[in-house]
Amino acid sequence: MTRFLRFLFYGVLVRGVILLGLGLTVRHRDRLPRKGPTIIAANHNSHLDTLALMSFLPLPLLPKLRPVAAADYFLSGKIRSWFARDIVGIIPLTRAQTRKGANPLAYLVTALDRGEILILFPEGSRGEPEALGRFKTGLGQLAATYPDVPVVPVYMHGFGKALPRGSSLLVPFNCTVSVGEALYGRDFLGPEREGAQARRAFMTAYEARISDLAAAETVPDWD
Amino acid sequence: MIHAFTFAIAANQTVAIVFLAIISYLALKEYLLLIPTRRIDRGLLLFAYLAVPTQYLWAATDWYNMFLVFVPVWMFLLFPALMALRGETQNFLRAVGTLSWGLMLTVFCLSHLAMLLVSGEVHNPVAGGVGLLFFVVVLAQFNDVAQYVWGKLFGQHQVTPAVSPKKTWEGLIGGVLTTVALATFLGPYLTPMDHAWSALAGAVVGVSEFLGDINISAVKRDLGVKDAGGLIPGHGGILDRVDSLTYAAPAFFHFFRYFFTP
Repeated sequence: MTRFLRFLFYGVLVRGVILLGLGLTVRHRDRLPRKGPTIIAANHNSHLDTLALMSFLPLPLLPKLRPVAAADYFLSGKIRSWFARDIVGIIPLTRAQTRKGANPLAYLVTALDRGEILILFPEGSRGEPEALGRFKTGLGQLAATYPDVPVVPVYMHGFGKALPRGSSLLVPFNCTVSVGEALYGRDFLGPEREGAQARRAFMTAYEARISDLAAAETVPDWD
Repeated sequence: MIHAFTFAIAANQTVAIVFLAIISYLALKEYLLLIPTRRIDRGLLLFAYLAVPTQYLWAATDWYNMFLVFVPVWMFLLFPALMALRGETQNFLRAVGTLSWGLMLTVFCLSHLAMLLVSGEVHNPVAGGVGLLFFVVVLAQFNDVAQYVWGKLFGQHQVTPAVSPKKTWEGLIGGVLTTVALATFLGPYLTPMDHAWSALAGAVVGVSEFLGDINISAVKRDLGVKDAGGLIPGHGGILDRVDSLTYAAPAFFHFFRYFFTP
């Protein structure tokens, strides 16, 4: 039942709104993963980001797609919690400083072990619409833990105009999703680099990919 | 595009009007994507989109007076007022100007196609509104191709090198003459116009098609997207498809309405 609702939600409702209402351009669709385990790491401007990403990945992959989302926001309230967990299918992540010893990434590790496709937003928050925030390094840690799992950088543009943080009014804007070439944790691990150093090197490479994708967009920003 | 057109206008009038309204909507959406917008105007843009179904409703119900004044008078007055009430004066004139202009072009001008379809029943005993719509769309598309072919074969002297380097006087004149010839042939079958009037209508469509084309080219050059080619690959470039009709539709409509209103 839940599975069917989830299919209906993404396959019909979200696709309909995003493709017909907004209009979506996907660049380099061929770079998208076709199977798990994979990490899709995108910039974050709007709730639409997750939905859009999930709507243009092939429908058969839907059961494997797991957006990683803030526990404090999405698990507040019964209905929101049900919707976030069962329909959107999020993996809750604790944003606040965690207890000593508790690994906030534990759920993500389990999901990757199950062969799922993680969708995560290293900025950690939607932040100012249409502006890149600072990337958190948890992604680098995951990449170092799973050196052979591809990390696909995705740059999304326009969603913050269509539905920015703090607004519930959806205004049609054509949105762009630009897929970058995958990065692998193994390319950043080495005898001379380990731990924090590898993580930082990975994040630098990731940021460079996102910046390159962003630079290729010619559409004007907001004033 | 022309296939979709033919299908839609052959199906039934309501389907055709909805189809044309969707084209207007997509054109407006693409336009709003290309121009710089202010964050404070986000909510207003939703109103701008609502102008599309409203304007096509006037066309569908054959309310000619409202159809004529809705965008150029009421929307023209409404949006600056709403923007002023919001109180942001930075780039106010740019925001008002670009939005009004875009509404005129993508909503008002294009909606003449729908009005042509609806009002044609009365004004065109020969082939109804479908005949008129078909006449202008086929000629505009044909003219585009004809200008391209003539320009390719004989093009020497550019018309507006800075805007559209591929447009030549040879292409323009050859294209318009070819369109006039086709119009002269088609006119009596599709419209109440005789050969001479049809030829004149062909010239109106041919020249306005060209002007609409370079108009959008100039906009895109100004916005720096001319060479972005596949700005919206697969999805759009809808403005590129309908640029000529933004001029040809109203020009032909008012030409016809003026001379052939019973």
